[in-house]
Amino acid sequence: MSRKPPERDVALAVQKLRVHYAKRGRLRFSSHRDFQRALERALRRAEVPMAYSAGFSPHPKISYANSAPTGVASEAEYVEIGVTKLCDPERMRAALDEALPPGLDVVDVVTAATPDFVNRLEASRWRFEMPGVDRATAQAAADVFLAQGEVIVERLMKNGIRKFDTRGAVLSLTVTDESGVSGSQGSAAGDSCAILEVVTRHVTPSVRPDDLLAALRIAAHLVPPVPPRVTRLAQGPLIPGSTEIGDPFAPDRAALVSS
Amino acid sequence: MTTPQAHVPGASVFDRLEALLPFVSKPIQYVGGELNAVQKPWESVDVHWALMYPDAYEVGAPNQGVQILYEVINERDDALAERTYAVWPDLEKLMREHQVPQFTVDSHRALGDFDIVGMSFSTELGYTNMLTALDLAGIPLHAADRHGGHPIVIAGGHAAFNPETIAEFVDAAVMGDGEEAVLLITDIVRDWKREGCPEGRVGLLRRLALTGVIYVPRFYDVEYLEDGRIKRIVPNEADIPWRVRKFTLMDLDSWPYPKAPLVPLAETVHERMSVEIFRGCTRGCRFCQAGMITRPVRERSITGIAEMVESGLCKTGYEEVGLLSLSSADHTEIAEIAKGLADRYEGTETALSLPSTRVDAFNIDLANELSRNGRRSGLTFAPEGGSERMRKVINKQVTEEDLIRTVSAAYGAGWRQVKLYFMVGLPTETDEDVMQVAELAREVIKAGRAASGRRDIRCTVSIGGFVPKPHTPFQWAAQLNHEATDARLHKLRDAIRADREYGKSIGLRYHDGKPGIVEGLLSRGDRRVGRVILQAWRDGARFDGWSEHFSYDRWMNAAAVAFADEPVDVDWYTIRERQQSEVLPWGHLDSGLDADWLWEDWQDSLSEVGVEDCRWTPCFDCGVCDQMETEIQVGPTGVVTLPMPTVRTTAVLVEADA
Repeated sequence: MSRKPPERDVALAVQKLRVHYAKRGRLRFSSHRDFQRALERALRRAEVPMAYSAGFSPHPKISYANSAPTGVASEAEYVEIGVTKLCDPERMRAALDEALPPGLDVVDVVTAATPDFVNRLEASRWRFEMPGVDRATAQAAADVFLAQGEVIVERLMKNGIRKFDTRGAVLSLTVTDESGVSGSQGSAAGDSCAILEVVTRHVTPSVRPDDLLAALRIAAHLVPPVPPRVTRLAQGPLIPGSTEIGDPFAPDRAALVSS
Repeated sequence: MTTPQAHVPGASVFDRLEALLPFVSKPIQYVGGELNAVQKPWESVDVHWALMYPDAYEVGAPNQGVQILYEVINERDDALAERTYAVWPDLEKLMREHQVPQFTVDSHRALGDFDIVGMSFSTELGYTNMLTALDLAGIPLHAADRHGGHPIVIAGGHAAFNPETIAEFVDAAVMGDGEEAVLLITDIVRDWKREGCPEGRVGLLRRLALTGVIYVPRFYDVEYLEDGRIKRIVPNEADIPWRVRKFTLMDLDSWPYPKAPLVPLAETVHERMSVEIFRGCTRGCRFCQAGMITRPVRERSITGIAEMVESGLCKTGYEEVGLLSLSSADHTEIAEIAKGLADRYEGTETALSLPSTRVDAFNIDLANELSRNGRRSGLTFAPEGGSERMRKVINKQVTEEDLIRTVSAAYGAGWRQVKLYFMVGLPTETDEDVMQVAELAREVIKAGRAASGRRDIRCTVSIGGFVPKPHTPFQWAAQLNHEATDARLHKLRDAIRADREYGKSIGLRYHDGKPGIVEGLLSRGDRRVGRVILQAWRDGARFDGWSEHFSYDRWMNAAAVAFADEPVDVDWYTIRERQQSEVLPWGHLDSGLDADWLWEDWQDSLSEVGVEDCRWTPCFDCGVCDQMETEIQVGPTGVVTLPMPTVRTTAVLVEADA
């Protein structure tokens, strides 16, 4: 006879909420697992009526989508949360933001009114700040990269080293610059700081910021003197016929208004 | 490289650290940002404390001692406290290359800027990490080389009950409960600074020493006999007290710390909140330094515990609460506490756990109560000694009958896995005593199969090497050498493996005896051992508590160099039995335990005579309460229902529902 999980009211989720949050400043060094623990504790602190799975070790019903790598800041991260009582999205946003440590900031919450949210996250826009790299050097490297048909990089994955193309996932790459970017990184490496903005399509395997930096090194010998600061500025659906990224919550808002 | 700008005291070094973080493993451990962390403006206070737990962040961050002192200091308007931990070798290397100093994780301030660096030593194996931190901070390793601008370095924690091996590296050491100690030190440092630092650094250290509760090694001279033993330890200034007393906190209910436990972002070894339900233990296990140096028992009341659990959960969002103490089931009202908390948090997905429990059937009821919501991890019991005789020697008053009854109840109630803790290398132990561990494990499985009616139940036997510790009845004992330790462990392993009927149901976990010898050297050493620590550190010793970083040969080579001109060696400190007349290195440090009582208890041990627990029997004059003017503080209070939690409003619901 084996032990049965204790009888419990496994209250069903009556509502799903989609949360848009940012990972900023020093907390960009948190990993996906670090964020999961922080979020689950914040949900308890904020007294969000979480839906839990059944079984011996119940876990809260949370779906994570496509998180930015450790070390990369982000203005556009998303999770979906199931609750057992109806929650007000704006109150939820405020309470959850208050309960999370500064640097993990809740930007927006909507009630999920449409399916297939993850599939809607088609592309990301990344910003690379490169202290010590001047705009002309970065532009030249970008031109070389964009002129290639493919740029193969290697990454260590679960099954060993895998080679894959990065060029195909890059929809646009533009270079600007900003002198005197905050922080002493800039001054230590000279005042110039090229800014690259890259739009990538989400493909498998995903092309991540590290892969793009590796590609620029391989294709155009661009080797920044200090580690670039990378931020995901947006992710969501590609607006047809452009390389612009739309608001992934737009269909939910539209459905709620029409209902 | 450009010249760094002049460093402003208290300024953040995060910009310089940040550039190194992409190149190290688990960078999150260095960035701080924990929930409930405190940051104060540098100039807003008189006294700046850096608290260091000299191990990796994942081990140090959950440490209760540091969290308590952090809050106690930060509650003051005239002081601030920040935390720092040992950096892993990958970051250490980069910090040296880029001249980034040891930093605090709260505001990333340089360690060298602080007035006081408080080091919390749970174990002696953190000593080399202290040296790394001081060195990275640019603080001279030897206290004698520090001047007015350097922090004073103060050791605390259990290992500080014999700080002699690090006497040359620390300016002061504090024994016992830290809450009132840090308040007293803060007062003294503040007053000294406000008065314009009279007599400089030495003036401050003298003020600390004159309290009689803060040990300042520089004011004590150690004289040796020709054979290497200590002749005497004497104050070298007129008013310096001969003996230094430990701190003892009374009335735990008025010290409900930590009130807002830190919630790290990084994964740590304890993913839960802890509430200390009592301090001290008088069970009298003779090997147990913690039980000896934390007397008397002081309970937190059932009301105080319930309030700490409730407010801690609100402030952290943790999903598990550990009820912490040296032997949690010994709280006079543990049944009421367990039932009360289990009732209150039923259906909230909050788990409760009792980390340290004794072997008796009552604890199975408790465990059932605590695992009501379905989470059921293994049950752990610590008979410590394999044979009945051995358990009498160590005064662990548990019979085989007790153990079998307890585990039968556990297996009968649905547990399938039981862990048993033992020690090897105890005084007077023979091979036969250790082989009894296998016999006991067989009986446990036999009883478990009968009670559960299944064959797939298991028991895991975990064995640690015994290290004699200061301020215990075994402080005079010879430690077993590592060769004999390993031989006994292998014999036991072979016996379990050879058992066809039960062997496959018994798991055995142990470590080799070598690290225990280094721990023994550091535990019972004197000031001469400091040279070994320094040499080993220079040879690369770091993170000695981690088997992948520890090197026995490095320590032995360092000892050979350091002791070249001394009449002593590692064996002399470890496997040599001491006589009653020998002056022990910690003889001038007063844990309250009467030296004659300790010696009698050592003799009773050799005669296999037990001693009772003074909570339930008359006082047997261990000396602590008389010496320290303390008393046993235990319930029952008679309160059986927990106070109601504060009514909370769930602010996230839609209005109609709220």
